[in-house]
Amino acid sequence: MMAMTVWQGVATVAVVALGTILTRFLPFLVFPDSKRPPRLVEYLGKVLPYAMTGLLVVYSLKDVSLASGAHGVPEAISIAAIILLHWWRRSMLLSIAGGTVLYMVLVQLVFV
Amino acid sequence: MRKGVIGRAFKAAFPLTVPIATGFLFLGSSYGLLMHSQGFGFWWPVCMAFFIFAGSMEFVTVNLLLSAFNPVAAFLLALMVNARHLFYGLSMLGKFRGIGWKKPYLIFAMCDETFAINSSARIPDGVDRGWFMLFVSVLNRWYWIVGAALGWLIGGVLPFSTKGIEFVLTALFLTIFLDQWMGGKRLVRNARGRFGGHAGRAARDEAVARLKRYAGRHLPAAVGVLASLACLIALGPDRFMVPSMALMLVLFLALRPYLDGPADGTDPGSVGSETVGSGDEGGEDKEAAR
Repeated sequence: MMAMTVWQGVATVAVVALGTILTRFLPFLVFPDSKRPPRLVEYLGKVLPYAMTGLLVVYSLKDVSLASGAHGVPEAISIAAIILLHWWRRSMLLSIAGGTVLYMVLVQLVFV
Repeated sequence: MRKGVIGRAFKAAFPLTVPIATGFLFLGSSYGLLMHSQGFGFWWPVCMAFFIFAGSMEFVTVNLLLSAFNPVAAFLLALMVNARHLFYGLSMLGKFRGIGWKKPYLIFAMCDETFAINSSARIPDGVDRGWFMLFVSVLNRWYWIVGAALGWLIGGVLPFSTKGIEFVLTALFLTIFLDQWMGGKRLVRNARGRFGGHAGRAARDEAVARLKRYAGRHLPAAVGVLASLACLIALGPDRFMVPSMALMLVLFLALRPYLDGPADGTDPGSVGSETVGSGDEGGEDKEAAR
């Protein structure tokens, strides 16, 4: 149960929402449409999308433990399958669905 | 006419959001479920999903609500956990330019998955960019909110085992990553076709330009993976995000001479119709730089 009062809870949610909104709007407030961002920022805007996708892949796997449980084997197999599927068919939906179903089968039936 | 534009954008956007619907309905439900089990009423998860709309931060906020009241720490934590949004914003400055009234919503609703789609999607010819990105944002946002509500309501009663379905988000990010990576080959071919028209360009220039175009997408992707892997191994899963982004910035500043240049006139993460336009801009930059 909550240790704080309802209004303290509402205030907590409000400041968290505010902080989150700030991180999203800040770049656009600093560089509005009317102002051309410096070359360095344009360069970062060009390279960052690739890097951030890479970060998200790592981020989504951050809680996989190599030392315990299934030692990350189901994840490794499913990732290999997705790479092969995508290299073969280049279909986003097929790669995502194939990899996920394979992973579910592995953790529910094989690496229980 | 206007209806046709909106309909086409929806038809182009919806299929790309289907995997996210799966992931968000599940992850959102698990969040609603967690809130239920901690004794929060129905409107808590729904309002948090609505106003915060940042999955990992909502899970963190559950802990905040269960500890002593400290709004300053909560605010700072929200800034830290969500610092990656700053990078998303920088990446989307160009794509959101001149988008009009939809822009504030696109910014407000830019979660990881929405960013991943909007920054990488090959928007087909004849589909309005603004409406396309708006539909991606609205759909993803409501999958999450509905998921949170459903999770609270169903309270753990599901007809089949969904164990492992959370992997759908890894699969999504990995597939987008692979698409950006493999798309590179096609892009280089296209670009060569375009640049081939300019007769009399020195062969050395062409080779350097080609190398830069190639490195332009693979090197940043590799930097993203390696920098975050290194920080994850060194610092553990709870504290690696901000250091990863700092390390990336340092590496990109160091690599700028190799990665930045008018020869790399490609639009980040997208191939196909859109690249033609931005490729031309790159060409102009090149002329201007001379």
